[in-house]
Amino acid sequence: MADEKDKLKVVGTRVIRTDAFDKVTGRTRYSADVNAVGQLFGSVLHSEYPHAEILEIDTSEVERLEGVRAVVTREDIPGAKYFGGVIPNQTVFAVDKVRYYGDGISAVAADTPELAEAAKLLIKVKYKPLPVLSDAREGLRADAPKVFPEGNLCKHHKVRKGNVEKGFAEADLIIEREYSTQRIEHSYLEPEAVVAELSEDGGIKIIGSIQNLFSARRAVASVLNLPLNKVRLIQAPLGGSFGGKDEAVTVLFCRAALLAIKCGRPIKLVNSREDSFRESYKRHPYFMRYKAGVKSDGTFTAMEIDITADAGAYASMSPFVTWRSVVQATGPYRVPNVKTDVRAVYTNNNYTGAMRGFGSPQVNFAVESFIDEIAEELGINPLELRLKNAFVDGDITATGQKLNHKVSLGEALKTIAERSDFVSKWETSRKSSSRDVRKGIGISCSYRGVSLGAEGTDAASVLVSIQSDGSVIVETGLVDMGQGAATAISIIVAEGLGIDIEKIHFLNADTSRVPDSGPTVASRTTIMAGNAAKNACEILNERIKRVVSGEKDLGFEEKVAICFREGISLYAVGHYKSPKTTWDEENGYGDAYFTFVYGANISEVEVDMRTGKAKVDKFYAIHDVGRVVSLSGAEGQVYGGVAMGMGYALLEDFHQTDGIPDFKNFDEYLLTTAADIPKMEVEFLQNPDKAGPYGAKSLGEPSTEIVAPAIANAVYNATGKRIRNLPLTLERVLIGRELVRPSKRGSEIARGEK
Amino acid sequence: MKIKFILNGKKTVVDVPGGMRLIDLLREKLNLTGTREGCGKGECGACTVLLDGKPVNSCLILAAQVDGRDILTIEGLQKGDSLDPVQRAYIDTAAVQCGFCTSGFILATKSLLNENPDPLDEEIKRGIAGNLCRCTGYAKIFDAVKTAAEYIKEEN
Repeated sequence: MADEKDKLKVVGTRVIRTDAFDKVTGRTRYSADVNAVGQLFGSVLHSEYPHAEILEIDTSEVERLEGVRAVVTREDIPGAKYFGGVIPNQTVFAVDKVRYYGDGISAVAADTPELAEAAKLLIKVKYKPLPVLSDAREGLRADAPKVFPEGNLCKHHKVRKGNVEKGFAEADLIIEREYSTQRIEHSYLEPEAVVAELSEDGGIKIIGSIQNLFSARRAVASVLNLPLNKVRLIQAPLGGSFGGKDEAVTVLFCRAALLAIKCGRPIKLVNSREDSFRESYKRHPYFMRYKAGVKSDGTFTAMEIDITADAGAYASMSPFVTWRSVVQATGPYRVPNVKTDVRAVYTNNNYTGAMRGFGSPQVNFAVESFIDEIAEELGINPLELRLKNAFVDGDITATGQKLNHKVSLGEALKTIAERSDFVSKWETSRKSSSRDVRKGIGISCSYRGVSLGAEGTDAASVLVSIQSDGSVIVETGLVDMGQGAATAISIIVAEGLGIDIEKIHFLNADTSRVPDSGPTVASRTTIMAGNAAKNACEILNERIKRVVSGEKDLGFEEKVAICFREGISLYAVGHYKSPKTTWDEENGYGDAYFTFVYGANISEVEVDMRTGKAKVDKFYAIHDVGRVVSLSGAEGQVYGGVAMGMGYALLEDFHQTDGIPDFKNFDEYLLTTAADIPKMEVEFLQNPDKAGPYGAKSLGEPSTEIVAPAIANAVYNATGKRIRNLPLTLERVLIGRELVRPSKRGSEIARGEK
Repeated sequence: MKIKFILNGKKTVVDVPGGMRLIDLLREKLNLTGTREGCGKGECGACTVLLDGKPVNSCLILAAQVDGRDILTIEGLQKGDSLDPVQRAYIDTAAVQCGFCTSGFILATKSLLNENPDPLDEEIKRGIAGNLCRCTGYAKIFDAVKTAAEYIKEEN
């Protein structure tokens, strides 16, 4: 494939983002910038309790209010009252009870947003509060409050390989540790927004900030009792998503549609940041027990892992998120005997679902911290222990899958360690005894299954339509949510047709115009849509060649003109279906993903030993992406992934007290800012994969999934303190635990009050 | 109440309710939707506009407060067909991803470079630390600010 690289003209170069001009001039119209003639404004009444039975909803007062045009509740749903991509158990409006604080009870449409906001508060709801289940670890106990009548277990996945008892018996050292990760909020800068309008065909048209149009369409169609061809969802430019607008917007689509139907007018429904925080799903908190058997030379003999994931109030993507966790939980290492169990457990916290990484940041934090702890016990350098056990070509994973592509993990680890002078810095920093500021360095690595894997059907289509003037329109069901899909797919079309990227116009997705291509998730867009786009170009090139084969030295425009004269269609649908994957759910093994990517991170930190503040000083990231498609875009993905990972490691914790979120907005929930950003060095390895377009694989999620353990390992290297719970707040770094105000005040304790 | 102000270089007279926020005046009444609302609390900076050349969060300012003053929004940066050097720099350095924060960052950069045409790295960080971005990790935004400084010098 080295020869192919030399021949590539657009792929791998720096191109101007296709949407950059619109965005720097402000003319991009996000969902909240869209208005429909005669529109009304919707507002949603949320639950007052995280868990309660609903005894009565009285909307009579608000209905009489001037300027209020419609009020909808559970009574107004013509079709299914529950929706959900995997297990349909989420409500559009609460049916018999509320399961989390963000559940919607009712929605109001009014002439102004202010009136809608005020009017909804006149709805009278009688609740019978129920005991709140706020800790997933308690959810499977017999006496736990039940979120669903059938119990709190949402999903149990397992992996079984060899015999762990035998493996532990062969070990020289057995080590056990517990880790936990926190709930975090996606924090896309654009809050969710939709505009719903009845269409003249008796259907509904909704434009909105949506990442996964086809699953939202299925939900809207079943709630409204309409066939899919009467429900048209159009994606507006997305102001970030990171997995969040995969499903969080689905309720907005359904609610706006119900209001529009009830009053016959277009409805604009825009979440405030407070609504977004309250209602949207988060990244799963994980509680993880790791046990490993290891020989004194560092060879692993067995790993046993038990994980509980907080699914929150609804299933959402929990069954799939936890599946990726179970597949990847042992990390990119040869382990002959494996027993892994992951259970997603319902609670009355915000439901949890897809977020960049999708079940990998949690297990990567645990396993990559664990490897360092094992190395410490054995007296082996953490780089050496990784290299000793890291997958190489042809190795067998924990799920019994043979890696039959180029496994570049060793190359990634060695390269990044050399760049950062890891070993010598690591040796020096361990010896520091400064009471002021100490430096540290930490390493992490991962392998990641590309695309959906055996969790679902994996196929995509791209439409390429050459116009008579040689300009080109490209459309697909996969979306640009800021990650640069429009640019990456345009690059592949430019390469495929041999034209300038400026000739290409990429349109946002529209469910009535493009084939269902599944969700824009799992870092699958470049590989899936890229392959489909390449296929479309091949079809078109073949048609063009048949007509103009004898005439050499013609430019693209001339060839196109001839085809149009000859009546040849230059509209093609490219399609790609992923190679086969398998999963035996019962026995816990299979060829989980059709290929994998590999990466490594190194973090240098400075820890202030007086305050506990850990500051990331320098960050190195290396990723084998198969082939870089958009060089600037790829770098941007990694920089952004690192910043997001730093927030996960050091700052962010969407804590809930008895189910009620402690945070309402960005004044309390802190993100990484410009002031926190270290120097970052990004490098790409390019081992083209036969499954990818021009060899390209994935990058979006790998870039954020191993940042936190690199930082935690660096903090250990600096301080000698192992922190097993994210985030690494000042208190945890300084005193090893969170500061919690005692339930009784000091004066009460002193008086001996009970 | 009637207010008069300079908006993107043009004299503007509008009638506004007393409690109306500047962001709503711009977005809802004047259809200048390039100013984005990310938090409504002055934390994210997506609604940044320049008030007499200084960056402010338009979600925290009442429309009435801009009476007699000068407002620049993202729509006012472009001169005819030519982009402002700051806009060009954001394109050329690939500092734009989802773009929701971009208007605010560009205006914050504009103001920073007006005050300090040659900012050091730390000054850049401080200058834009009031604006949140979840996509880019800020690295290419730093590049954009430096590149914009060069572009402005070339033009002068």
